[in-house]
Amino acid sequence: MESVTKRYPDGTVAVDRLSLEIPDRSITVLVGPSGCGKTTTLRMINRMVEPTEGTILLDGADLQRQPVTTLRRSMGYVIQNAGLFQHRTIIDNIATVPRMIGWGKQKSRERAAELMERVGLDASLGKRYPYQLSGGQQQRVGVARALAADPPVLLMDEPFSAVDPVVRKGLQDELLRIQEELGKTIVFVTHDIDEAIKLGTMVAVMRTGGRLAQFAPPAELLSNPADDFVEDFLGADRGIRRLSFFPSAGLELTSDRVVGVDATAEQLAAPDAPHLLVTDAEGRPLGWAEPRALTAGDIAVEGLLSYGRPFVPGTDSLRAALDCAVLSPTGWAVAVDADGRVAGVVSQQTIGEAIRTAHGAGDTGDAQAGDAPQAESAGVTKVGP
Amino acid sequence: MNVLSFVNAFFSDSAHWHGYDGIPQRLLEHVQYTLMALGLAAAIGLPLGLLTGHTGRGGNAVAFVATAARALPSFGLLVLIAVVVGIGLLPVMVPLVVLAVPPILVTTYEAVRSVDPSPVDAARGMGMHETSILLRVELPVALPLVLSGLRSAAIQVVSTATIAAYVSLGGIGRYIIDGLYQRDYEKVVGGATLVALLALVTLAVFWAAERLAVSPGVRRR
Repeated sequence: MESVTKRYPDGTVAVDRLSLEIPDRSITVLVGPSGCGKTTTLRMINRMVEPTEGTILLDGADLQRQPVTTLRRSMGYVIQNAGLFQHRTIIDNIATVPRMIGWGKQKSRERAAELMERVGLDASLGKRYPYQLSGGQQQRVGVARALAADPPVLLMDEPFSAVDPVVRKGLQDELLRIQEELGKTIVFVTHDIDEAIKLGTMVAVMRTGGRLAQFAPPAELLSNPADDFVEDFLGADRGIRRLSFFPSAGLELTSDRVVGVDATAEQLAAPDAPHLLVTDAEGRPLGWAEPRALTAGDIAVEGLLSYGRPFVPGTDSLRAALDCAVLSPTGWAVAVDADGRVAGVVSQQTIGEAIRTAHGAGDTGDAQAGDAPQAESAGVTKVGP
Repeated sequence: MNVLSFVNAFFSDSAHWHGYDGIPQRLLEHVQYTLMALGLAAAIGLPLGLLTGHTGRGGNAVAFVATAARALPSFGLLVLIAVVVGIGLLPVMVPLVVLAVPPILVTTYEAVRSVDPSPVDAARGMGMHETSILLRVELPVALPLVLSGLRSAAIQVVSTATIAAYVSLGGIGRYIIDGLYQRDYEKVVGGATLVALLALVTLAVFWAAERLAVSPGVRRR
């Protein structure tokens, strides 16, 4: 997008000299308060809104040069309330664009069935009508319909904002999964900064008046907000949120404070610690207890303090680890492996040091938590008998 | 004699069942006038209503035309046109069409206007042509209301088509007007009963049409 402006006849400027390079095969999120022109920007890409000034190029070609219907058919379009056709069945809704561009009925329906599976919808819903589906399911149909003719570009206008938070999280995870499989160029509009940070490869923060405030990867946005507006928009806990981008793999775990349920009197007496984590015979966590309260050979499982929610080093981020430590009654977070067996425990203090190290390791911080290398077992110790 | 015995006498008289003044012939004429007037009114009201509803422009004009047309008395219009152009089908058709256009036009306009805008936005965004949007996205959803406009127009035309008899044409109005003139109340009540029955049949036809034409996804059952 090169210096694009949209001015309405009454003089209102919705988008003001916006220049943006949207990377191929990744998710670019436009985020900002209401009235910042993010939806107008999106709608200029499929020419639902025509820019007053400036040009929008797609792979170097001016969008204005091609017929508007051809352009729109090459871009999937998902909107807030899904916008399903209530007189058509789910299958026929999804098959709309393939039918429009001249695929046969049979082929279109097969493609629709394939997409239902891809977006996680049961095939039995195909013959239903939209009113028989929940909001979340309707939104999945909306995504499937947009993907039906396999367009290279997907435009999504606040697609998940009308569903409840639990369903929204599911839809976001699903979108990330689908994107990993398909690698579309997605432009996603939202007013929810958390959604932007979770989904975006690049995030464009827009401010009222249709101006671009900052265009950066989410980790950089959190570590280096361009100005007060962006900082304000990110919210008070951006420091905590930024921890999502640091892996927990490097945390130094200790197994000193971990004892089995069948521990001997010496094992119970050995560590000089106010609390011990008791595990079952398989090494799964049971709970915390003061050593004095434990009797060798007769540990009462009911009397143990809850250990909170454990984290998985290497998979979870430092944010998850810190959260576990904060929630734990003892201030120590429990680390488990993929099978749920205790890998060790770590204190708030150690996590705090890891955070300082991570911040210090250059403010790059662009490694996504999910991409973090598997635990390089240097600091990870296995639980001993 | 009470009304029921009039009705009984009228329908059991075998003389009323054949010939040019028989019930089948008069019913046929009546249905013909009704269909013709309704067809003409639909040909005017439906496209205009769909178009104004889709574009959202001309809503005030629609309301003005509808109000003005409703203000015209059918009977007055019939006499006026009969005086100007003489006896014939035209003086009958004009008031019937004028009567039927407003409900068709106004309900069609409102029906299309009230369609949820988000599927329309989605359809436009996926590159559907405007005509397809109107006919394949808006109309199927607006159909129950559009049909209800046609239905009320049809009911009004069925009952008003009796005025055809004033200008020497046939139809069920023949019984009512001749009966009044001849002080044959059996005929008047019989004619009125036939009009009422025909109106009920019209309702049934529209009910069936709605069952057939409206998608279960719109009917929600």
